[in-house]
Amino acid sequence: MELIRYGFLLAGILFALGLLGVLVRRNIVFTLMSLEVMLNAAGLAFIVAGARWGQADGQVVFLFILAMAAAEVSVGLALLVRLYHEYKSLDTDGASRMKG
Amino acid sequence: MILFWLIVIPLVAGILAWVAGHHRPLAARWIALIAVSLDFALTLSLWARNFHGGWHTWFEQLDWAWIPSFGIHFHLAIDGLSLLLLLLTFFLGILSVLASWTEITEATGFFHLNLLWILAGIAGVFLAVDLFLFYFAWELMLVPMYFLIAIWGHENRTYAAIKFFIFTQLSGLLMLLAILALYFLHHAATGIYTFEYEQLLNTPLAPGVAMWIMLGFFVAFAVKLPVVLLHTWLPDAHTEAPTAGSVILAGLLLKTGAYGMLRFVLPLFPDSAHRFAPIAMALGVAGILYGAILAFGQTDLKRLVAYTSVSHLGFVLAGIFAWNDLALQGAVMTMICHGISTGALFILVGALQQRTHTREMERMGGLWTVVPRMSGAALFFALASLGLPGLGDFVGEFLVLLGLYRVNILLAILATLGVLAATFYALRLVQRAFHGPETHGWQIADLVPREGLVMAVMILALLWLGLYPKPVLDTFQPVMARLEQPLPGR
Amino acid sequence: MFDLLWLVPAIPFAGALLLATLGSRMPRKAVAAVGVCTIAASAIVSILIAVAFLAAPPPGGAYTQVLWTWIDVGSFNPRIAFYLDALSLVMMVVVTFVSFLIHLYSAEFMEGDEGYSRFFAYMNLFVASMVTLLLADNLLLLYLGWEGVGLCSYLLIGFWYQDPVNGRAARKAFIVTRAGDTAMAIGLFLIYHSLGTLGIQDLMQRAIAQWGVGSSYAIAAAALLLGGAVGKSAQLPLQTWLPDAMAGPTPTSALIHAATMVTAGVYLIARTHVLFELAPPVQLAVAIVGAATLLLAGCSALTQWDIKRVLAYSTISQIGYMFLALGVGAWSAAIFHFMTHAFFKALLFLSAGIIIEALHHEHNIFHMGGLRRQLPVAFWTFLAGGCALAGLPLITAGYYSKDLILWHAWNSPAGSVVLWAAGVVGVVLTSLYTFRVIFLVFFGDVRTPVSKRPGLPIRIPVWILAILSIIGGYAGPPLLTFLKTALPAALESRAGALTETGSSAVTALAFLTGFGLAWLFFLSKPARATAVAANPVGSVLHRFWFADWGFDWLYDHLFVQPVLWIARVNRGDFVDAFYTGLSRLIEWTWRILRLTENGQLRWYAAGIAVGSVVFVAIVSFL
Repeated sequence: MELIRYGFLLAGILFALGLLGVLVRRNIVFTLMSLEVMLNAAGLAFIVAGARWGQADGQVVFLFILAMAAAEVSVGLALLVRLYHEYKSLDTDGASRMKG
Repeated sequence: MILFWLIVIPLVAGILAWVAGHHRPLAARWIALIAVSLDFALTLSLWARNFHGGWHTWFEQLDWAWIPSFGIHFHLAIDGLSLLLLLLTFFLGILSVLASWTEITEATGFFHLNLLWILAGIAGVFLAVDLFLFYFAWELMLVPMYFLIAIWGHENRTYAAIKFFIFTQLSGLLMLLAILALYFLHHAATGIYTFEYEQLLNTPLAPGVAMWIMLGFFVAFAVKLPVVLLHTWLPDAHTEAPTAGSVILAGLLLKTGAYGMLRFVLPLFPDSAHRFAPIAMALGVAGILYGAILAFGQTDLKRLVAYTSVSHLGFVLAGIFAWNDLALQGAVMTMICHGISTGALFILVGALQQRTHTREMERMGGLWTVVPRMSGAALFFALASLGLPGLGDFVGEFLVLLGLYRVNILLAILATLGVLAATFYALRLVQRAFHGPETHGWQIADLVPREGLVMAVMILALLWLGLYPKPVLDTFQPVMARLEQPLPGR
Repeated sequence: MFDLLWLVPAIPFAGALLLATLGSRMPRKAVAAVGVCTIAASAIVSILIAVAFLAAPPPGGAYTQVLWTWIDVGSFNPRIAFYLDALSLVMMVVVTFVSFLIHLYSAEFMEGDEGYSRFFAYMNLFVASMVTLLLADNLLLLYLGWEGVGLCSYLLIGFWYQDPVNGRAARKAFIVTRAGDTAMAIGLFLIYHSLGTLGIQDLMQRAIAQWGVGSSYAIAAAALLLGGAVGKSAQLPLQTWLPDAMAGPTPTSALIHAATMVTAGVYLIARTHVLFELAPPVQLAVAIVGAATLLLAGCSALTQWDIKRVLAYSTISQIGYMFLALGVGAWSAAIFHFMTHAFFKALLFLSAGIIIEALHHEHNIFHMGGLRRQLPVAFWTFLAGGCALAGLPLITAGYYSKDLILWHAWNSPAGSVVLWAAGVVGVVLTSLYTFRVIFLVFFGDVRTPVSKRPGLPIRIPVWILAILSIIGGYAGPPLLTFLKTALPAALESRAGALTETGSSAVTALAFLTGFGLAWLFFLSKPARATAVAANPVGSVLHRFWFADWGFDWLYDHLFVQPVLWIARVNRGDFVDAFYTGLSRLIEWTWRILRLTENGQLRWYAAGIAVGSVVFVAIVSFL
């Protein structure tokens, strides 16, 4: 029981930290890093859950998340490069063009 | 079969006019003129053929299965009331084509497509006796009218067109809901799915439910009519529309609302309508007075004429719900005469605007010196509008008031004050625009023969309706008589 | 012969139609020919019919010509039909004949005017409407003629449309009379609703059978008809339009005042006399309205400086006499006075027109003077008309008819001393203001030189009318006998203190008093009049009377301004404010929600996070 409680708590804290990072950091590199933290927090929650019920599914999903995160990061970094090329800055707010 | 042609001729001619109009605008005008005249002649022949008697039933029918599994038929039928309104439709149709002969110079083909399709839609509304088909025709008139206002209108056309569309579309949806409710309730009661008018007439309904469905229909028609409180789309749409659009709006589209009341609200829900009648009559009388006061306050000539419609259609509403032989016939008579007199005023205002490029009465004045024939015609139609005896509008309004008096004396007195109020705006129209000193130095042409002909025909029509309305009254009298039957003792 | 009856209104109507459509392209001579000849033809036909009628009266003393059924709805089927009896015959002959003279006069008088054909078109239509009104067999057709004369008065008063003042006067005339017409229309609804017919003879018979004397229906119906009558006949409280109606060309005024329009109310009451007999309170009201109006208008006439306005007030006052006669049940006396009034009032206006034309459109009597030698035609005819108006005893027509009315006001059961006294005071006033005008205009020094002398088409009608104004009174006895076939004879009740001769003597004395006062104030020593008008009471009264007892002011504040105010305030339509408000509300909501779409990734992420938390919270706590 302890494992679950602390595991989920850790995952929750990590997720919240990641979210906070996404929300407060304007530099897109840090945004991407924070996103990674959130993904890993979710992955941790899956592993903890898998361990709790003795199922391999949690680990399978984590592997799936890892693969997806890799793909996401590659796309994200490609965008980052293009963004820097375009604006000479990594500020996300500065790149906002969608003004209502 | 003749009914089918009445609708198909304008539809097909519209497409032809569109195609032809790409290269030869004049061809589009002629195609439209010929098509509408053909329809007019066909309707006249129907009238002549059945002139003696037989008006009380559907004397000509056409019934094709359309979507049989849902009980939807392509069912057209005509009786005395539809016949007269069709005559009015094609009469005003011819005149609107003539009125836009020189006014419309852009996208002439597409203009006539829209014009003819509106006429087809209106003809469909007056002919359909299948509620689904009726709704279909009802919507068919809206879209081309939207285009007519939005493309060929005046300065504020987009606003007006959208306002018109939202008002009519929303109220149309209410009607669709009411039709569907009736459809399902009829099935629940009899086990038959049908949109057939004659069958739905005898649907047994719980009083509360009937009231709600009746209100659904009423609101849809009330917006079109327009009943006061729901009327505010009208001045904008009428003012911004091109001349032909205004003529068709005032002369015909408003009449579809009144027609709907007569054809559907009263016969389908006699008890609910009867209970609702005092409110409806009060709304009608309020409209008479409110419209007149509003018309009196306007400085825009076209807007003034537009508000007079609110006032006149108040007579129609009050007459319909006063629900006795005098008032009902007066209401129909008012519908027909209002179509002609107000249509003529719109044609005149349009002709004036085409020449002076303004509708502001402040910028006119003293035009009688410059354009005496046009001014004389305007005077005549203003007099018709204020209900001068001897002209058509008087017959209708007097009958309505006489019938209304029988039901509610107070409302009749207030409505009579509305006739007095009509004097205010009619005189204002004449004196502001045509009398007074000629200070602006207008150098404009008087009525050309084409316009003179249009005016002369309308003047003669109003005189005929005012002095010898018997043939017209006789034509719809049996229909109205049938309407009174469900309520003995009134 | 009677078959030709329909021609009497139809010929002028055809003339109006012809002139309205083709008049602007016709030469002036042709226009005048059409305009005058149609009325002449109409007058000839009516005189022929009159001769035939006198020679061989139709059975029952009345002839009905049905042309067609006008409206046919259920039990409501008024016809286009003409009804000829002694009453409508007398009216028809007088109206067409006087109108013919006025048209003849106009042919020269309006010669230089731009709207020559328009003028004659309106005038012809005016006569056609009036004759339709007189001959109508039912109240609906009468209403057609009734509104028709209202319309024509509007068109003719505003004939010189370029001047907004004329437009205002025309509008006022139409709207005020139409206010009366509204009452009359409601009266028609009431009559049809309870009697089931609008045929005049039918409805009178049914009213007798169904209503009974003093029934509330009869009172309401008669009161509503009276509303229409006071509007058209310019009686209290709707008299305000007539003095302003002077804005029209002078022949128009003559037509409105003498032959058409203002006498319509008198005719309506005489025509439907049964309804008024069934409603004694209303009949008393008719008498009171008449008596009050004749006094009020007489006082106002004393203070006017515009010659046409004096005549206008004198018309109101004289119609007041007719109402007084109707109110005391002296129906025939009212019609007799109508006839003499038609002669002398048309004459007065036509000779006033000669003066005004001769003095470059000068209307102010204080700028005139000494015209006795300058314009003898005008002087002698105006004098004849003025004497008839004032009631010069024994010689003039006006004396006989007015005297008859006064006698009935005394003698009839419905009459009273007060009504009689009001009439007598009215005679003093009439004689005073009439001779005030005559002395100021024709005697004294020449103040404005004469520039134009009238031609034959002007002189003939005024001479004919002058002769009729003198001798017309002798037609009284046969006329009254003739009218007995259509109208009940006046009842006689209290001879008492005063005999018929005594009453006549008092009338003659009243005339002399007025004449003497006029001589004192305006001929022998004009300074006296100025002195009276200058003292405080005099000047207040003068201003008050000059402004028609403040009626215009009252109506302006009571009705006109509020309506104008509402119309102005509500120009934008209050109801639309609701829909505009609705669309504004939607727009504001959109503006607020739009703020969230700011394009910032972090903002959206926060939104997603908060949204998920809220969603999870809702799901887990519900």
